[in-house]
Amino acid sequence: MKVAIKINGAQVEAEVEDRLLLAHFVREVAGLTATNIGCDTTSCGACTVLLDGESVKSCTMLAAQADGREVTTCEGLARNGQMHPVQQAFHAEHGLQCGFCTPGMVLAAVSLLAENPDPTEEQVRSGLEGNLCRCTGYHNIVRAVLAAARDAREAS
Amino acid sequence: MIPAAFAYRCPATVEEALMLAADAGEDGKFLAGGHSLLPLMKLRFAVPEVVIDVGRIAELSYIRDEGSHVAIGALTRHHDLERAALLAAELPLLACAAGCVGDPQVRHRGTIGGSLAHGDPASDLPAAALVLDAVLVARGPSGTREIAVTDFFRGLFETALEPGELLTEVRIPKPAGRGWSFQKFTKRAIDWAIVGVAVQGQHVALVNMGPVPMRAAAVEQRLAAGESPAEAAAHAAEGTSPVADINASAAYREHLARVLTARALAEAANRA
Amino acid sequence: MSIMGTRVLRTEDPRLLTEGAVYTDDLRLPELTGAAYVTFIRSPIAHALITGIDAAAATAQPGVAAVITGADLPAPEKPTAEPLLATDRVRYVGEPVAMVLTDGRYQGEDAAELVSVEYEPLPAVTSVDAALAGEVLLFPGTDSNIFRTGTSGNCADDSFADCDVVVERTIVNQRLAPVPMEGRAVAAAWADGRLTVWCSTQNAQISRDAIAGQLGLGKDAVRVITPDVGGGFGAKVGVDRDMIAVAAAARLAGRPVRWVETRSENMLGMVHGRAQKQVYRIGGTRDGRVLAYHLDIVQDCGGYPRFAVILPSLTGLMASGVYQIANVGSSFRAVVTTTTPIAAYRGAGRPEAAAAIERAMDDFAAEIGMDPAEVRRRNMVPPHEFPYTTPTGAVYDTGEYASALDKVLAAAGYAGLRAEQARRRDRGDPVQLGVGLSCYVEITAADGGGETARLEVHGTGAATVYTGSSPHGQGHQTAWAMLVEDELGIPMDQVTVIHGDTDAIPEAVGTFGSRSLQLGGTAVYQAAGDVREQARRLAAEMIEASEADLELVRGTWQVRGDPATGLSWGQIAGHAGPGGLAAATRFVASAPTFPFGAHVAVVEVDVETGKATLVRHVTVDDAGTIVNPVLAEGQRHGGIAQGAAQALLEEVRYDADGNPLTSTLADYAAITATELPSFELVASETPTTINPLGAKGIGEAGTIGAAPAVQNAVIDAVSHLGVRHIEMPATPERVWAAINEARAQ
Repeated sequence: MKVAIKINGAQVEAEVEDRLLLAHFVREVAGLTATNIGCDTTSCGACTVLLDGESVKSCTMLAAQADGREVTTCEGLARNGQMHPVQQAFHAEHGLQCGFCTPGMVLAAVSLLAENPDPTEEQVRSGLEGNLCRCTGYHNIVRAVLAAARDAREAS
Repeated sequence: MIPAAFAYRCPATVEEALMLAADAGEDGKFLAGGHSLLPLMKLRFAVPEVVIDVGRIAELSYIRDEGSHVAIGALTRHHDLERAALLAAELPLLACAAGCVGDPQVRHRGTIGGSLAHGDPASDLPAAALVLDAVLVARGPSGTREIAVTDFFRGLFETALEPGELLTEVRIPKPAGRGWSFQKFTKRAIDWAIVGVAVQGQHVALVNMGPVPMRAAAVEQRLAAGESPAEAAAHAAEGTSPVADINASAAYREHLARVLTARALAEAANRA
Repeated sequence: MSIMGTRVLRTEDPRLLTEGAVYTDDLRLPELTGAAYVTFIRSPIAHALITGIDAAAATAQPGVAAVITGADLPAPEKPTAEPLLATDRVRYVGEPVAMVLTDGRYQGEDAAELVSVEYEPLPAVTSVDAALAGEVLLFPGTDSNIFRTGTSGNCADDSFADCDVVVERTIVNQRLAPVPMEGRAVAAAWADGRLTVWCSTQNAQISRDAIAGQLGLGKDAVRVITPDVGGGFGAKVGVDRDMIAVAAAARLAGRPVRWVETRSENMLGMVHGRAQKQVYRIGGTRDGRVLAYHLDIVQDCGGYPRFAVILPSLTGLMASGVYQIANVGSSFRAVVTTTTPIAAYRGAGRPEAAAAIERAMDDFAAEIGMDPAEVRRRNMVPPHEFPYTTPTGAVYDTGEYASALDKVLAAAGYAGLRAEQARRRDRGDPVQLGVGLSCYVEITAADGGGETARLEVHGTGAATVYTGSSPHGQGHQTAWAMLVEDELGIPMDQVTVIHGDTDAIPEAVGTFGSRSLQLGGTAVYQAAGDVREQARRLAAEMIEASEADLELVRGTWQVRGDPATGLSWGQIAGHAGPGGLAAATRFVASAPTFPFGAHVAVVEVDVETGKATLVRHVTVDDAGTIVNPVLAEGQRHGGIAQGAAQALLEEVRYDADGNPLTSTLADYAAITATELPSFELVASETPTTINPLGAKGIGEAGTIGAAPAVQNAVIDAVSHLGVRHIEMPATPERVWAAINEARAQ
């Protein structure tokens, strides 16, 4: 079947198997490999992308379900060569080590802050319950999200 | 990791969806948010040959105040249930239970219809629907019918829906007893409930205490007979058949049912 | 101002955050064009004879390039050696039996379903007790399932004769799954008589040697390239049989191949960690002096004896921890069972030692009615005893154990915590407070293999470091650039760090055992020193001054006090000619180093449900000189999380038939952000004398210290109810059961 998805602002169209997962459409058809696949039970969140601005696990969607919609991946967050504030905060707070969970974690955080711009630490932790990280112990990831929230509030 | 091959169909209306389902027969499955079905398909525990995506039928997503009850379209997402002002006012238990399902990403996709039709006794919404005396509206080849929630859950992953029938609406009467509580006990926040308890007024439903979500009948009877919540809660495990699995023994589940029921009743009383 | 010890953000980050890292499955190289996708057929049964493999239905499918079985691959030499693909027998669920190669990724699982393997089941051996009983032997021709035994130290039965108090307990350090977020992945291509293998490993050079050896190729015929690696934690040391089989397939298939495992495969096919059954015996006086400690270990090796046979030696070596005990000993038996093989996982034998001695110390403290901090203090190796040789033969280089304990207790507000605990106990609060301690010492760079570095300064003034270390999240690129900037004044952003390509770096050991900074970093430091002296000589020539009159000021060589004479690195390198300003070195340390620390875990336990929540975790983790506190803190955080996970949540489980019960991330309780608090880290640096940096290894310390502290905290929370022990993971049901059992007595 034919699937057309706007990814990071660019239209990507292809003839694909009906069963193609959105995660593989992003990685293999669109060639955007920052989105990673870390599990097969919708548990780890490494595959998180934004679908029309909301975080979803792309491994648990068919590409067909995203036909005609807009997807944002980590590659699409930067503007004019500048890192997105959440990416910037992850860097400033050492919120990544091996980097495998990071794109999904960053997008989950972007979605979280879009829905709750002033979260408490507890809300950040539960807001990231769908994203596993094995390297950081989450400590600096939480600091990064809180810092990004603070920076956004101070900027506005 | 990869589902077995299937044909994908994307109907625009309920009528079209029903026709496709009738054509596909046993080989067809409806796909809503996909967060119950796709995980099964990826592990090849479910291998439908035809997948009918009802997720774009916009008319099935709504939350409406209909006076004596609230009508919720089957495709309403958990995320929207969690945040709906109408539910905060009239059915906070449902909003709370929806907010407990999975994680934020799952809640952006999962739907109340998909969750109820899946019939998992360990899920949060079936118990909430049960304790709220929901009425499920289904449309099929022979027309529309209403199914009382007490008749809906038939067995493990088995509901009253006939082949080719699509859940379209969940109707929930505005409860008389306003106190409510949802107690979900897990080891990790993202886990399915080891045991859960939903309370609305004097109604008590249990998550994961048997092959179907169940009302804690003994507790309800005793409350109706005037026993205190603490006394009644001691009977929460009566009539249940909890499994023993890697997360808990049956005895521990029975213990949790009693403890959580007591806590839920106490919290509900504070909110009444 | 030296950059050493300052907080420097990672140079790795911008790429990882924006484009994303390039892990093995992300590779889109010309050499891999047309690669076939590999899907494994794995045993669904724990123990069986393979009586037939029928691939006809699979190979008949269009798009199926080949089905490869053990018969197509080199056979192992010894009957107890592990074949690449199982041929006559399988010994764990998930053991690889065959590979199917398909043109398309998605077709792999379809084709694998068509390969039919016939098994004749054999009885499973799922516990170490069953393995020891020996009724069912995993390897025909052997007379037991015991593959190694050993002892250490000087502790015998009569060592306990003078003890007022002796406590003995059987405990389990449970089987864990490493769960790196990126599983195993390999891509391979055979061209012009050479095999190039890209793989997610911690050791490209060791991997090259293993692949060459197993496939009968010369080392020069194999090139291993390490792309970005999404976590390893010891489980990606070298390459394993699955990965070598994929590499072999490239040659057999006559086209490139690639494989990335699913998480379910990873949970069964990647090595597991820990899995020791232990008996400790601790004896001492009523006033808190420990006189004797013995630890007996039965190590579960899984279906084949891999690194697990070594682990209990490390446990035995570190058995006495931070304590000065006259008689310390250990004994072990390493046995095979029909389960996934066990190997190194963050700490690799040392968490098992710390967990046992720290449990034993609390047990002893409870027996004599003394505060657990006080008992520890009374038995610690004092500062003046270093270097200290334990009865088990470990030589601790430097340590300030009592000071670490004091610092962590102060940071935690220990007295206040005990007061709050007492208040809640008096009130019979439904949520009780538990305070758990652990004091630990661990051994890093234990392997003794040293590390290589080559440093070259270019005519542009930039430098390239070729390191034998192999980062998979540790930030070596940043840290090694810091070392070069500090030694040579070449700015970090002018320093490129290369690792993990055996053509560029033919000899190296790689990253595991918390060895990289102290060995790989020292090698970089030494190579930089060598380059500095070469430059001094060249500059002296160029300026026509004497070497003694020259100084290096912020990256410029000049006659002391005379900037007008200044020469840049680029000018000196240019003068030396291409490749002329370079040094290669191999640093072999004289001994391992011993980081140490102390943790305080604070938990709240809901006594009705048994659920324990970690509310605070305070640590001292002293790994000597800290080059970059940002990186060190990150390692401590990650380590603490994995230790807490062992104490509270994680366990790999099998049923009685050897079927795995926790083979997905839905069932295996990998810890998430909601189960952890933010951590409180106290800084402490007690340098080692073993290397010029004064650095010890930090990578595993947090894990080693955390698990015992959290376990002890949970038990402490309910000790007033009579509970003396709860096994890890201290799940709600286990806590509830322990309370009930104590109440019944």
